[in-house]
Amino acid sequence: MSDAATSKTTAPPRRSLMQTLEIDTRLLGMIGAFLAICLVFNFYTDGRFLSARNIFNLTIQTVSVAIMATGMVFVIVTRHIDLSVGALLAFCSAIMAMLQARWLPGLGLELGSPLIAPLAIVAGLATGAIIGCFNGWLIGYQAIPAFIVTLGGFLVWRFAAWYLTSGQTIGPLDQTVLLFGGSEGILGETWSWIVGGLLAALSVLAIYAARRNKVRHDFPVKPAWAEAVMAALAAGSILGFTWLLNSYDIPRGKLRRMFEAQGQELPDGFTTGHGLPISVLILIGVAITMTVVARKTRLGRYIFATGGNPDAAELSGINTRKLTVKVFAIMGTLCALSALVAQARLQNHANDIGTLDELRVIAAAVIGGTALSGGSGTIYGAILGALIMQSITSGMGMVGVDAPLQNIVVGSVLVFAVWIDQVYRKRMGVK
Amino acid sequence: MSDTTGTPLVEMKDIRIAFGGVQAVDGVSINLHAGEVVGLLGHNGAGKSTLIKILSGAYQMDSGEIRINGEKATITSPRDARDYNIETIYQTLALADNLDAPANLFLGRELVTPLGFVDDDKMEAETRKIMARLNPNFKKIKEPVSALSGGQRQSVAIARAVYFNAQILIMDEPTAALGVHETKMVADLIQELKAQGLGIFLISHDTREMLELCDRVSVMKNGQLVGTERVEDVTEDDILSMIILGKNPREAA
Ligand SMILES: Nc1ncnc2c1ncn2[C@@H]1O[C@H](COP(=O)(O)OP(=O)(O)OP(=O)(O)O)[C@@H](O)[C@H]1O
Ligand SMILES: [Mg+2]
Repeated sequence: MSDAATSKTTAPPRRSLMQTLEIDTRLLGMIGAFLAICLVFNFYTDGRFLSARNIFNLTIQTVSVAIMATGMVFVIVTRHIDLSVGALLAFCSAIMAMLQARWLPGLGLELGSPLIAPLAIVAGLATGAIIGCFNGWLIGYQAIPAFIVTLGGFLVWRFAAWYLTSGQTIGPLDQTVLLFGGSEGILGETWSWIVGGLLAALSVLAIYAARRNKVRHDFPVKPAWAEAVMAALAAGSILGFTWLLNSYDIPRGKLRRMFEAQGQELPDGFTTGHGLPISVLILIGVAITMTVVARKTRLGRYIFATGGNPDAAELSGINTRKLTVKVFAIMGTLCALSALVAQARLQNHANDIGTLDELRVIAAAVIGGTALSGGSGTIYGAILGALIMQSITSGMGMVGVDAPLQNIVVGSVLVFAVWIDQVYRKRMGVK
Repeated sequence: MSDTTGTPLVEMKDIRIAFGGVQAVDGVSINLHAGEVVGLLGHNGAGKSTLIKILSGAYQMDSGEIRINGEKATITSPRDARDYNIETIYQTLALADNLDAPANLFLGRELVTPLGFVDDDKMEAETRKIMARLNPNFKKIKEPVSALSGGQRQSVAIARAVYFNAQILIMDEPTAALGVHETKMVADLIQELKAQGLGIFLISHDTREMLELCDRVSVMKNGQLVGTERVEDVTEDDILSMIILGKNPREAA
């Protein structure tokens, strides 16, 4: 207690606007940094950076790393690390691409058969999950440090992928698979409004339900107006985002091809927007699921407890070895999902798919506030971290910064962000 | 006084465990009856914590036997111990610092909603209830326990052991970080639980406190049991010489 604080105890504690709204100041700082980055690039690109078109591209470029970053949060929270996510992505991508273009057709499935996509996707996800389990087993049950296991995996899986494909680029991919990439798989305006509306309603409902639950237990709640502001902010940003992506019109040439594919002619003057990409819906689904797992399930509780104090977790009857297997299985599955999104966006599987992704993913999680000492981190933070990284990279590309300098800047930003975070934590007295 | 003639609640017979070359517990036998408090005394490193960690499932003994209510018990994990209604307050408290009091209190035994999600609000309400009983001054329910004082952390650990209706309670230096007032409250709590018929193993370095709270005290030195005495049969000096000299003066007499 400082003297200043004690001498004022007679006055009722004044609550700032932020305290009343109970907004996480850390999140606010990140959003602020993100907006600042956007505005700076927007200025230097004469408004192109914040055009609907660029925001659409930025979004679909972020998805793959963001999906993996949510899994990396669990890995880092449990005091581990995964250096193999990029290589694992490449291996799962190779499996899926080979199934689509070589193996399944080789087994007699016609190219374009509706069975190819589901089979390839399921096999890819299973591959990711199994390799993740194996990593988790080596780390949890054989007590090999995660750093070593995944450093080995970093080499093993990328070159295992190379052997699968004989180093060739594999394509073309199945038409259904391409839907998961972004620009080919879009909902269109009507469906985007429906999905956006549902998500907005859902967020308002969630805020309302949480409040009702608190009231039922006689816990203090924030004032109704504060709750309303939060609900309006959440719903507003979802609907605003939907509107933005709907306002990015599909180019005429592509529209004509889409109409021709259905045997119709493109009417004169017809325009329609892209709307939400399917890959973004996948990311939203992953984000919601992972957040629920983190906050509302025993698994999530045990992940954080183990990260905070592994001995205490063990003494509380938590099987921390099995937990490690589960965490790495989740990570592996998410790598496979990212592989699907990445290969669909690039429209083929190439050897270098996912190169350096391990660093981007770890950086996203760390910029998003996941502490390498374990025990703390958020899913939304990691996604925002991925978005910030991608914005900086794309923005510099648009401004015309040389590629080598881009990497220098991204590396410096990572260190800078973590430094800021340390200073913040020290100031706020959080660990 | 508790009845110490029937089948003991806990019997630990000829327990041994070594870490590398260190024989941390060397052929120790102790028992505990329902409604009884047995104190464990001994210098630092005597093996007290190790002995009770075998009972709580944290360590596995190299040899020996544990009987609970007369039946042979196999305890190979903390979960097994919980199944025998054994609750432990560890010397290190074993709290996850990054989680709040309710999350720690229910760690490994979360209350869940019908859908299987953790019911944080219910756990918070339960925590408020038990804390109101154990430590009415405790207000920082929603803060991570790293933000609590040593004594407050200790009350969280005590609440966790008491909440789940243990039959056998192990308390490894539960009052080490507590103030005078809080220590008194723990003493009252021990009397209350004892009256309810729990068996309690209590470890402490405060000989006088042990003589007040315990029915019997066992003294350990270098992993071996020096002796077990009923408190009314010994003086504080007897106990001290057992701890320091490692010899039981009553046996010598
Ligand atoms: N996990 C372990 N690994 C190796 N040695 C251990 C371990 N746990 C305890 N020991 C050793 O066993 C011996 C007994 O330790 P223990 O913690 O049981 O002592 P204690 O009687 O509880 O002492 P204190 O009063 O200081 O708490 C010590 O020599 C200690 O170094
Ligand atoms: Mg000890």
